[in-house]
Amino acid sequence: MNGEYVLEVENLRVELAHAPIDIVDGISFRIRRGEVLGLVGESGSGKTTVGLALLGHQRRGARVAGGVVRIDGENVLTKSAAQLRSLRGRVGAYVPQDPSVALNPALRIGLQLEETLAAHGYSARDALNPALRIGTQLEETIAKRADGSSASQRRTRIAEMMEEVLLPKDRDFLKRYPHQLSGGQQQRVALAMAFGLRPKVVVLDEPTTALDVTTQAHVLDTVRDLCKTHGVAALYVSHDLAVIAAVADHVGVMYAGRLVEVGPREQVFRAAAHPYTRRLAQAIPDIAGRYKIIGIPGRAPSPGHRPQGCFFAPRCELADEQTEQEFPPVTNLTESHYVRCWHADEVLASSARDRLRREIVGQTPESGEALLSVRHLVAYYAAHKVLHDVSIDVHPRQCVALVGESGSGKTTLARCVAGLHRDFSGDVLLRDKALARSARARDSQDRREIQYIFQSPYSSLNPRKTVGQIIGQPLRLFFDANRREAERRAGEALERVSLSRSYVDRYPDQLSGGERQRVAIARALASEPSVLVCDEVTSALDVSVQAAIVELLAQLQYEENLGLLFVTHNLALIRTIAQEVAVMSEGRIVEFGEVDTVLDSPQADYTKKLLSDTPSLEPAPATATA
Amino acid sequence: MTEPLIVAPSPTALPPIVGRSRSPLLGTLLRSLRYGRTKVGVALVVFLVGLALIGPLIAPKSTTAFVGSPYQTPSSEALFGTDFLGRDVLSRFLAGGRSILALSVLATALALVVGVAIGLFAAYSRGWVDDVIMRSLDVILAFPAIVLVLLLVAMVGPELWLLVLTVAASHAPRISRLVRGAALEIVDRDFVKAAEVLGEPRRKILLGEILPNITSPLMVEASLRLTYSIGLIAAISFLGFGLQPPAADWGLMINENRIGLTVQPWAVVLPVAAIGLLTIGTNLIADGLARALIGIDRGAAQG
Repeated sequence: MNGEYVLEVENLRVELAHAPIDIVDGISFRIRRGEVLGLVGESGSGKTTVGLALLGHQRRGARVAGGVVRIDGENVLTKSAAQLRSLRGRVGAYVPQDPSVALNPALRIGLQLEETLAAHGYSARDALNPALRIGTQLEETIAKRADGSSASQRRTRIAEMMEEVLLPKDRDFLKRYPHQLSGGQQQRVALAMAFGLRPKVVVLDEPTTALDVTTQAHVLDTVRDLCKTHGVAALYVSHDLAVIAAVADHVGVMYAGRLVEVGPREQVFRAAAHPYTRRLAQAIPDIAGRYKIIGIPGRAPSPGHRPQGCFFAPRCELADEQTEQEFPPVTNLTESHYVRCWHADEVLASSARDRLRREIVGQTPESGEALLSVRHLVAYYAAHKVLHDVSIDVHPRQCVALVGESGSGKTTLARCVAGLHRDFSGDVLLRDKALARSARARDSQDRREIQYIFQSPYSSLNPRKTVGQIIGQPLRLFFDANRREAERRAGEALERVSLSRSYVDRYPDQLSGGERQRVAIARALASEPSVLVCDEVTSALDVSVQAAIVELLAQLQYEENLGLLFVTHNLALIRTIAQEVAVMSEGRIVEFGEVDTVLDSPQADYTKKLLSDTPSLEPAPATATA
Repeated sequence: MTEPLIVAPSPTALPPIVGRSRSPLLGTLLRSLRYGRTKVGVALVVFLVGLALIGPLIAPKSTTAFVGSPYQTPSSEALFGTDFLGRDVLSRFLAGGRSILALSVLATALALVVGVAIGLFAAYSRGWVDDVIMRSLDVILAFPAIVLVLLLVAMVGPELWLLVLTVAASHAPRISRLVRGAALEIVDRDFVKAAEVLGEPRRKILLGEILPNITSPLMVEASLRLTYSIGLIAAISFLGFGLQPPAADWGLMINENRIGLTVQPWAVVLPVAAIGLLTIGTNLIADGLARALIGIDRGAAQG
């Protein structure tokens, strides 16, 4: 697509409000009409800060300290608050991550859409709206007013908007409240709002992160279509490389507040010139093949703690004296491919495909006596049946993945196994011995053998306890360890998850997300369990951290003879960690088998659908995204 | 079984982060001291508590000795004059603070223990247990505290233990409600479930997992409850159901000397000022703590 650049960002710098410390700096990129730039980076890399700055907005505690953001040649950063208010919506629009927060829960969606239109010129009340009296946009406003000033015209417009995002446009639907819509529908309403005023630039901040893959696939399609049809320049912010690959024309990679690489999608994914881009690609699992995933050790420096030279140098294998002296300048590789790395040539020279991905060979058949068996499990929430006659086996040194969308019952199954959900019939057997339903009713030995790792390490660690106290808890309960003994063994458990012993005195809020999850795993390991139930243990974590946690779990599985029940919504991940997979839908196992068999030749329609909706970095035939 | 699918990482210890171990409770306390109001509150409370504690030791006269005729105005003999029986006002004032302080602190402490226990239990139990407990507390709350106290004291007599008990009983339901509200949000967190999976006894989950997470709002409530206890106990003494004559007690002094207010105001003004400043002091501290607490929550939301 060729066209003029609608959005131009030059040397954008955002600082902390009260200190000259940069959050992001030296950000420059351009987006053409109808194009999507995917901005990818891990949490804290500053991608949302950049996205908001495009609309002249900063989060509390931040301020724009320099640079230019031009939309259609006009600098947004020099506008007053009133001017910006009128520009938002018509010139630039924003789609937030969580639509349930963005939509007003007390207003019917039809009314909310109407308000959006009314606030921007589709209204007879225009004359009273002070925000609209801005000189530069006056003509356009008049044109718009003439174009649609009555309620009926607004209603027609709303119907068009709903059609664009493939939602019903009848009155009944428009009279619903946000909570009566599914997450995907809510996100479509947010999209309708954002695109409805035909803005020139739309910033989408992880709009699909909270959605299931099937819904995500639809939303991504909608975003792409809307941008192409209406010539909107979009910035799509995401931590998910595969999503970016599915939606973006160009890709920008952010690391520690710097844009380290920008280029066309193909080039960035096939021939990345920055080591971080490559490590990031190596860190994510892919649905298309059984690859080793490799985490990135260390952590990104936060604002105020960034080194003098290249910020990635401490984690980079190519680091030398020069990289530690000075942050690399922008190097133009081609007209549209820029990189900030002293060693871009070396990175490019190394064989792109080999370095990016290494396929894993070897398969692990498993036989023998089952460690954990679930037999004919039927579970209820009040009167609602959420699991229908589910049976599954886990052997020692085997990882069985439970995949499915939200509401498929996978987490309920895991909770029944752990004794957290009591309302079920059927059996949970540990080495052929039936377990009591609630954890409290089980004997201490049974409780010790089955350990549960929760999704969010931000919620599963008591913020008022030190790491030593947290890991000491199972030691005290199961092994009657005295204080000194508990401390010693807590230190050992920390080392088993690659954390330093010195962490025993820390509080959880002094740790990063990945470190917290390691502590949670260390707590489980301290019990010397034989079965680990992992409930979406990586979904709250960054991809480089996810890779490290998955590496750790796999390593433990072999070293400690653990049986793993791995609950996830991430199909790509199971190739890397699991040997067998159970695909769940609406409380039933719709397909079960060895991972490669299921993923390469799925039998159930539901599995096929899931697979085709899962975005991939590889344009493999099995995973052609529609 | 073949080799692991995933390359084991070199277990590089992640770089240590710079951070200090801290207790959130202490953090709130220290932060609250940044506010001027808290400083004033602390100064008032320290001064008055100090006065009450060492007062009896520095009192120039005996609290029961007659030093002159009733309602004498200040003189070199009696610095703040004499009371309705001709006893030294200053000495009685200095000696009269201990009882009110001891009683209100005891009553508040008792209310805290009982209120926290009930609130935690209700929040953790959920369901009908929670409903029954909370509705019963609502019934108690429907009685004004002073009516409740007078009712019981009238039945049993002016016993100090009863006074403490009834004041505590009137505060405990409010503390329970606060604790339950704060704890409801905590009991849903995964670390509570993690403790359940490990088989931690119920009592330890309540006290070890949940309680430490609600100490900050509890502290605010405790200082506020102390304020009300002081007022309530002073009122009861004033009404004659607290300490009995000839004991020296601020509330009692106000009652005994109010008839001579126009002739010898000091005998009333001193205890009134002391009680007033003490409650203002504890209230300012509660306010400062509450502000510091909101500060914490904001910080957490941003981080």
